[in-house]
Amino acid sequence: MFSAEYLKELDKIKNKYEQPRAALLPILHFVQDKEELITPEAEKNIAEYLGVPVVHVHEVVCFYHLFTLKKLGKCHFSVCQTTACALRGSEDIIAYIEERLKIKPGEVTSDGKFSLGLVECLGACEIAPIMQCNKDYVGGLDKKKIDELIAKHR
Amino acid sequence: MEKIVTRHFDVPNSYLLETYLKDNGYAAARKAITQMTPALVIDEVKKSNLRGLGGAGFPTGTKWSFIPQTNPKPKYLVINGDEGEPGTFKDKYIFELDPHALLEGIIITCFAIGSHKAYIYIRGEYVKSLQRVQAAVDEAYKAGYLGKGIMGTGFDIDVVVHPGAGAYICGEETALLESLEGKKGFPRLKPPFPAVVGLFGCPTVINNVETISCVPPIINKGAEWYAKLGCEKNGGNRLFCVSGHVVKPGVYELPNGTTLREIIYDHAGGIPNGRKLKAVIPGGISAPLLTPDQIDVKMDFDSLKAIGSMAGSGGIIVMDDTTDMVWAAMVAARFFAHESCGQCSPCREGSGWVYRNVKRLYHGHAREHDLRNLPGIVNNIGGNTICAFGDAVSMSIGSYVTKFRSEFEAKLVKSEYAQPNH
Repeated sequence: MFSAEYLKELDKIKNKYEQPRAALLPILHFVQDKEELITPEAEKNIAEYLGVPVVHVHEVVCFYHLFTLKKLGKCHFSVCQTTACALRGSEDIIAYIEERLKIKPGEVTSDGKFSLGLVECLGACEIAPIMQCNKDYVGGLDKKKIDELIAKHR
Repeated sequence: MEKIVTRHFDVPNSYLLETYLKDNGYAAARKAITQMTPALVIDEVKKSNLRGLGGAGFPTGTKWSFIPQTNPKPKYLVINGDEGEPGTFKDKYIFELDPHALLEGIIITCFAIGSHKAYIYIRGEYVKSLQRVQAAVDEAYKAGYLGKGIMGTGFDIDVVVHPGAGAYICGEETALLESLEGKKGFPRLKPPFPAVVGLFGCPTVINNVETISCVPPIINKGAEWYAKLGCEKNGGNRLFCVSGHVVKPGVYELPNGTTLREIIYDHAGGIPNGRKLKAVIPGGISAPLLTPDQIDVKMDFDSLKAIGSMAGSGGIIVMDDTTDMVWAAMVAARFFAHESCGQCSPCREGSGWVYRNVKRLYHGHAREHDLRNLPGIVNNIGGNTICAFGDAVSMSIGSYVTKFRSEFEAKLVKSEYAQPNH
């Protein structure tokens, strides 16, 4: 079960809502921010805490792209591949990242430092092509910016 | 031209309560609660011709009037800030630069529909927006603009900021309600409409961020002033998001009814590198493509509908003459296949089928029947699903195939199966 300190934070989230179940998404965000992924153990604990079946928590984790069941790299690139970014060269950006990190989308580098994911529109088409480096938006991507990002997190 | 929603964007620290108060902030909320009745507020918004700026263009005042006041259940206001329609990024600017305008709009709307609780659903990727809006909510509580008996009026209102988690479909209003209740974002069958059975089974109004941000100026300056700014049946200005092959991508606040040509060439600086326009998506990826001969269209809900497209979310994506339209169709089809929620078979299976089909065409692995079947597959998704996502697949992909048929046929000629040695 969650620690007392943890539970205090979760209570704060849960108390905002009319129904405990409504707190599931913010609670999953909270847990993932702390633990870097959603483990089967966490799913069980959250289900108990909210009084819902575990399968219900699991299906929600699987449905939403922002939740992850496996550990990503310390630095996770979510590169946008939708129209506005594609028109401004996201395919080349993705190919360059693959080449630099020697991984394909969905993979993590062997040292655990980097991972690559392809995502649909991030809502920042004005600075396309873009990615999220962990939670930060990085726009106007080119080879130089990617080199810098990789050097920074290496 | 008078700016409405973006009027504070250039002011330093525009997102702070202190700054917002300097420009008559929260005066409209005070006016509504102390000098008007809910019915008067609704009437004023109806007269302003404000329409839902999330994409559907439904008259806002009319939507509010659907809330049954005799229903003893609590009523909710839900702000749809799941902004996920590709090519759309305007609500992010409101969240980050003028969150108090949104909060003031929320107070007025809640007063009008008899609600004491509002949820602001913000897409999970918008971390900065989530922080800014939460900070604004905290400030407003502290200063007595939210909470019990706000501004000494006796009107109670609570506002909760809720993070999404990366699912395009949650921008669909009933999927958003499911998501807010802690479930997978599966759209609900309508009726019952959310105005009757919405969040937690209670009467609910769901409005877009930009729509609600227009409400305080309407209450302050009057419906007539607002209605005059736009065009007939579509009052006020709109935030147009321009991206793709233009010199100056960005958000432009312009009157409804501005022509697409003006937006692309006068405001967004035209097409770079001396290239020519080939196609443009006028209202987010779901809107059918327009060709260069159609860009004198006025950008409002009714004019775009009349030429077979839609104003949608105001996301304008411009494609120059170097764009391979089969490739562009493949990119759009991949988006739909990726984001179909999987609830209805025609959309779940159809969107993937369409994507694989166009992908084969683009990569030169298609047979003749791949192109022949494409319109049939596309047309059998729309109209056969619970929500409008299926219609979007049909309308969007259908427009690439119809308007650029020759490019699809050319791919077939180059396909490996069309080669003599095959």
